Amino acid sequence: MTTKSTPPRSRLDPEAVPRRDWLGLSSLWTMGAALLFGTIGMLKLPKAAVLASPSKKFRIALPETLALGEAFIPPGRAVAVFRDAEGVHAVSTICTHLGCVVKPNPDGFECPCHGSRFKADGEVTRGPAPQPLPWLKVSVSGGLVTIDEGATVPAGTKVQA
Amino acid sequence: MNPATTPRDALREFLENLKAAPRRLLDTAFRTGPPTTDRTRSTFVFGNVFLHLHSVRTHLWSLKWSTTMGLGIMSVSAFLIALVTGVMLMFYYKPYPDVAYESMKDIHFVVPTGRLIRNLHRWSANIMVIAVILHMARAFYTAAYRRPREYNWLIGIGLLVVTLGLSFTGYLLPWDQLAYWAITIGANIAQSPREVTDAVGITEVFDPGGFQRLLLLGSDQVGAEALIRFYLLHVMILPLAIAALMGVHFWRIRKDGGMVRPADADELLKGTREQETYPVFTEAPVKTYQLAAVVKGRTANVGRGPENTVPSMPHLFYAELGVLMLTLLICLALSMVSDAPLKELANPNVPENPAKAPWYFLGLQEMVSFSAFMGGIGVPAIVLLGLALIPYLDRETEGTGKWFGGPGGWPLVRFSAVFGLASSILLEAFVIRFGWLREWIPNIPQLIVTLVNPATILTTIYALYSIWCIRRFQSVRAGALGLFTCFLAGFLVLTIIGTYFRGPNWEFFWSPSDWPQH
Repeated sequence: MTTKSTPPRSRLDPEAVPRRDWLGLSSLWTMGAALLFGTIGMLKLPKAAVLASPSKKFRIALPETLALGEAFIPPGRAVAVFRDAEGVHAVSTICTHLGCVVKPNPDGFECPCHGSRFKADGEVTRGPAPQPLPWLKVSVSGGLVTIDEGATVPAGTKVQA
Repeated sequence: MNPATTPRDALREFLENLKAAPRRLLDTAFRTGPPTTDRTRSTFVFGNVFLHLHSVRTHLWSLKWSTTMGLGIMSVSAFLIALVTGVMLMFYYKPYPDVAYESMKDIHFVVPTGRLIRNLHRWSANIMVIAVILHMARAFYTAAYRRPREYNWLIGIGLLVVTLGLSFTGYLLPWDQLAYWAITIGANIAQSPREVTDAVGITEVFDPGGFQRLLLLGSDQVGAEALIRFYLLHVMILPLAIAALMGVHFWRIRKDGGMVRPADADELLKGTREQETYPVFTEAPVKTYQLAAVVKGRTANVGRGPENTVPSMPHLFYAELGVLMLTLLICLALSMVSDAPLKELANPNVPENPAKAPWYFLGLQEMVSFSAFMGGIGVPAIVLLGLALIPYLDRETEGTGKWFGGPGGWPLVRFSAVFGLASSILLEAFVIRFGWLREWIPNIPQLIVTLVNPATILTTIYALYSIWCIRRFQSVRAGALGLFTCFLAGFLVLTIIGTYFRGPNWEFFWSPSDWPQH
C-alpha cells in the first residue's frame, strides 16, 4: 500500500471550502432559496382562482318574426342565434383573430378590426382569423333558448325545440 | 460656555444669527459657494446628489450638437413632464369602468387646467416615444453601442420596451371606445401563441397565450380587473422599472467613459471654442495622473492635461436645461393646438371601426392583420433579439463615434433606406392589390399562413439583404447598418399605412374622406 503524500499547501493557496465559511455560505444560500421560493409562491396571486366575470349562461326568446337562416343578436351578447328547419343553433360573434365583435352581413359575418370574413356557419373565408367562429351550446325548452357562451359544441350541432 | 458675557451681548448675537440665517441656510445647503472657479464648479457637481451623475468635466465633443442632438435628455425631459402631469391627473382619475370615463370627462371639461394637463401628458408621452426611438437610432448610427458600451445598449433596449409599455397601459385608462378596443386587441395579441398551439393541437396541455392574457386582464374579458391592472402597471410598476433602468443607464454612461467620440476627436476639435470656454486649468499642469486601476482607460493620462474638457457647470448643464425647455415648449405648443381624444364610453358589444392602437403600434397592427402571432409577438421578438445582439456581433472599431461610421458609411445607409422603403412598399402594394394566401386557397392550413405572411417575408428579405451587406463589405458593421436602416424604413412604411391608409374593416383607402359612412 502506497501512501500519496500531498504537498503541503502554500499559504497562498485557497482552501477548497474554507471551514469557517461553510456556515456562512449555507445560510446565504438558504436565504436566497427562501426569497426565491417565497417570491414564486406570491406570483400565484395575479392569477385568480375564480374569475370576476358575469355568468356566461343566458336565456332568451327568439322573435316571432325571425326568418329562417337570419341571424338574431340578443342585446348585449356577442352571440348570433339562427333558426332553420333542422333546429336552433348559436355561433359566437367574437373574432378568433383578436377578439373584436363581428357583424352579420348577407354572406355571414365580417370583422371590423382586421377584415376577417366568415360564412354563416362560422368558417373563415378570408382575413387573418386562424380559427372558425365556435358554435355554442344551446338548449331549447318551452319556446325559450338557453345559450352557454362558455361551452362550445362541434359545428353543425342543431337543437330541435 | 458661550463667550457672550452679558445678557445684552447674547441678545445681539441672537439677532445677528437671525439676520444671517438665510445666507447660512444657503451656505449649508450648497456648501461650496457660487460656481465661479474651477474648484467650486467641480464641487457644485459632485457635492449635489442630483447632479453628481454627471462628471465634473465634459469633453467638448460631447457638447457638440451633432454628437447627441440632445435626444437622450429630450427623452428624460419628456418623461419628467409626463411624470409631473401624470401625478396631477391622479388627483381626479378613478380606475373603475364607466367611472373612469366620467372622471376623464371631468378632467377634460371641468377641472381647472385639466384639459391642458391631460394634453401635456399625452403629448409628452408621444414625444418620449419619438425621442427614445431617435435616440436609439443616434446611438446605432454613431456606433456608440461598441465596447465598452454594449451593456448600456441592452439597458437602452429595456428602456425602449418599458417606454412603449407605459404608453400602451396608459391607452386603456380613459375607458372610451378607442381605449377599450385597442386593449382588447392588445390582450388578444398576448394570447396569440394560441394561433400556433391550436394549429398543432396542444392548447389543452400547453397554453402560454391564454396564461399571458389572463395575467394581463385578470379575467376572461376586458373589465374592472383589467383596468385596475393596467392602472397599476401604468402608475406604479412600469414607472419604478423605468426609473431603475434610467439610473443604471445614466450611471453606465459615466462609467463607460462618457459620450462616444472618435479616436481622433481631439485633433478634429483643434482650434474650436477656445475663447468661449472657461480655461481648463488656471495654471498648466506638468503632469496629471489617474488611478489606472479604478478609472477605465487604455493608457494613463500621464504627461498631458485633460485637454478639450470644460467644466460641466455651466457648459453641460445649461445645454441640458436648454433641451428641457425646448421639450417643454414643443409639448406645450402641441397641447395648445391639439386635444387628446376622448371618444364615446366603452361599449363591449360594438367595436370601434376601425379600431386603431396608438400610432407607434400601427405598424404592428398592419402586421397582425395577416397573422396575430407573427405580427404581434414573433417578428417584434426577432427585432428585439437582433437589436440586443448588435454590439456582440459587431466587434469592429472603424468609425466609432462618427455618424454612419464604418464600412459602407453614408452611401450604404442611403441605399439601404431606399431598398427598405421600396421592398416594404412593393410588398404592401402587392398584398393590398391581390390579397393573401387565404383568398387564393381557402382551406390552407393555419400554420402556413403563420409562417408565410408579409411580416415574415419582409423580415426575411431584410435579413438576406443584411447578409449581402456583410459579404459585400466584409464587415459585420455594414450588415448592421443595412439591417437597422431597413427596419427603420419598414417601421415607417407600415406605420404610415396603418395610420393613414387603413379604414373600416382594415381596408385600404387613399384618404379618410373615402371611408364609407356607418
